[in-house]
Amino acid sequence: MPIHYYVILSATLFCIGIIGVLTRRNAIIVFMCIELMLNAVNLLLVAFSKMHHGSLLQGANSGIDGQIFVFFIMVVAAAEVSVGLAIIVMMYRNVHSVDINFLNRLKN
Amino acid sequence: MNNLLLLIPLLPFIGFLVNGLFRKSLSKSMTGIIGSGVILAAFVISLVLFFKVKGSGAPIVVSYFDFISVDAFRIPFAFQVDQLSSLFLLIITGIGFLIHVYSTAYMNGERPEHFARYFAYLNLFVFSMLLLVMGANFVIMFIGWEGVGLCSYLLIGYWFKNNNYNYAAKKAFVMNRIGDLGFLLAIFWIIAKLGTATYSDVFAQVGSFTPTELTAITLLLFVGAMGKSAQIPLYTWLPDAMAGPTPVSALIHAATMVTAGIYMIARSNIMYTIAPYTSDIVAIIGLATAIFAATIALKQNDIKKVLAYSTVSQLGYMFLGLGVGAYTGAVFNVMTHAFFKALLFLGAGSVIHAMHHEQDIRNMGGLKKHMPVTHITFLLGCLAIAGVPPFSGFFSKDEILVGAYNENPLFYYIGVAGALMTAFYMFRLYALTFLGKFRGTAEQQHHLHESPSAITIPLIVLAILSVFGGFLGIPAVFAEGAHTLENFLAPIFAASATYNESHTTGHHLSHQTEWIMMGAVTLLIVVVIAFAWRAYSRREKFVENRGLGKVLENKWYVDELYDAIIVRPLHLVGGFIKDVFERSVVDGAVNGVGRLIQYSSRQVRLIQNGQVGSYILVMVLSLVVIILILREQEVIFTALRRIF
Repeated sequence: MPIHYYVILSATLFCIGIIGVLTRRNAIIVFMCIELMLNAVNLLLVAFSKMHHGSLLQGANSGIDGQIFVFFIMVVAAAEVSVGLAIIVMMYRNVHSVDINFLNRLKN
Repeated sequence: MNNLLLLIPLLPFIGFLVNGLFRKSLSKSMTGIIGSGVILAAFVISLVLFFKVKGSGAPIVVSYFDFISVDAFRIPFAFQVDQLSSLFLLIITGIGFLIHVYSTAYMNGERPEHFARYFAYLNLFVFSMLLLVMGANFVIMFIGWEGVGLCSYLLIGYWFKNNNYNYAAKKAFVMNRIGDLGFLLAIFWIIAKLGTATYSDVFAQVGSFTPTELTAITLLLFVGAMGKSAQIPLYTWLPDAMAGPTPVSALIHAATMVTAGIYMIARSNIMYTIAPYTSDIVAIIGLATAIFAATIALKQNDIKKVLAYSTVSQLGYMFLGLGVGAYTGAVFNVMTHAFFKALLFLGAGSVIHAMHHEQDIRNMGGLKKHMPVTHITFLLGCLAIAGVPPFSGFFSKDEILVGAYNENPLFYYIGVAGALMTAFYMFRLYALTFLGKFRGTAEQQHHLHESPSAITIPLIVLAILSVFGGFLGIPAVFAEGAHTLENFLAPIFAASATYNESHTTGHHLSHQTEWIMMGAVTLLIVVVIAFAWRAYSRREKFVENRGLGKVLENKWYVDELYDAIIVRPLHLVGGFIKDVFERSVVDGAVNGVGRLIQYSSRQVRLIQNGQVGSYILVMVLSLVVIILILREQEVIFTALRRIF
């Protein structure tokens, strides 16, 4: 498959993520959109990594670091999700709402 | 030899340091011995140098180090002792020594540390004055010039607890500063034109100035002389300078410092001789000052003020002498004036001392029998300044007046009128102080006493000098070639004399006319003296002055005039700047900056609204902008380059 399919797909996913983050007020949805953006980037990394692996004959392992990088991102994202969800749970317990605009105490 | 030369100014400087630094631990007698001793030593060395110069006829020039050295331009720290400066050295150290001795008695009532402070200032003054006359270039002269100005300020304000005295000191300083500016500009001009300030180089290249430049430079130098030597329009500080202790008035404001201007012009005489208009201006200002100050002196009642105006008047005569080319006469008058004016001031100091700081001559009278030595010496001083033959003032004044007649007979007649006024006010002063009955309080009369010998001995020495000093300059009309001073100073004024001989039509007085003039003037002076003697020796009551007398008593209202045309407008401008410019512009700018920051921060703070969504929006938009900029940077750079 040509590389631009992947690029367009991940760009679309990324934009959906951005729009979600900017427009939605539910913290869970915002969170999900952030995950979506992360995964769009992951997809792009994997796609380019595969492309380089096939086209450049610079050794058996060339281009493999992109895929390894993706694993790291996934691990970090998993950790982040657990922390983030825990925050959201605590937030819900305290104010009975997951609306991000409700939490504007940093103002002033 | 080099070291001997250096010792002259160095000794007073050491005296200044010792007296100044150890003023709290030195006893009064020790201070007096150190203060006077260093001056005496300097006098002895000056005497040695004087005879050396007199013998060889050549100036001694010694350069010690480079005071300023920039590229090829050099100002050496050099001393020059020639006929003119050796004469001034003798006057400064000789009379300075007498006045130091006098001061030990006169200032004896002061506390030891103030006594030492006084002597420190006095020594510093002598040091500066010696620097002024010994410098071999205009820059060294200027150092001394400023130094004497500073010491004058310090000594006028010596009794600093009296605010009026402080004002007088400040006035003297500011007036001098106006003059100094002129002097400084002249020095800059000379250096810019010739690249040197050394006398011998400058005077040798005097032909390379254009006439206009020379006129401007000499006028600027004259402005400096006006300030230091108290000429119209900068003379008003000198009468006020009488706030200082009387010996200070005698030393600084009569005998030495105020003659610095005359020294400077006599030193650069060739420039004045060649410059087309300056000499006339100098003569006219000198004459105007001489007359103007004499009229004021007629109606003053403070013993020191009369002498102060008389000093201004005499300085005017000296400038008249300089202006008409009678350089020797001017220097001669500096010398004789130093003798008799120091004598008169010290005599006045002796009177003030005896009267317990009473200075109003209306409250004196009849001091003749209480203070015989002061009386006799003061009388001799009055005769000398009035120009009665054969006292010293007669010869020096006559020489200037003859010079003035050769230039313009009108100068002569006005000068004679001034001389008559001088005779009148001096004998008015004498008669009111020493003759008639005592008019002070009974307590003052009880305390009247002759002053101690530290006061009377300088008076006697100065009286002898005042009486016989004139014989150094016997005019040709009495005996051809008997003018010792003229022969001695001839090398200094040689260039001017040569120039004058080739450029003037040369109408010289015949000896017969000179005899007649001399006789007539002497007769008039004697008549005026007799009149003043009669009018004031029995005066008991004093009526309020009216009309012209009141104007004269109030010094022609010159101080008020200056106040109105200079001081007040300056105050107005200052007030305007303080109230309007300062408030609206300066304060406005400063407060405006503060207010702008407060306002803008209040606006910027609104961005931080706590809405996470808006933060993210800004972040995304900024990112888009950055990416766009990075993408299109070539286009942007070319566009920017076209603009700037």
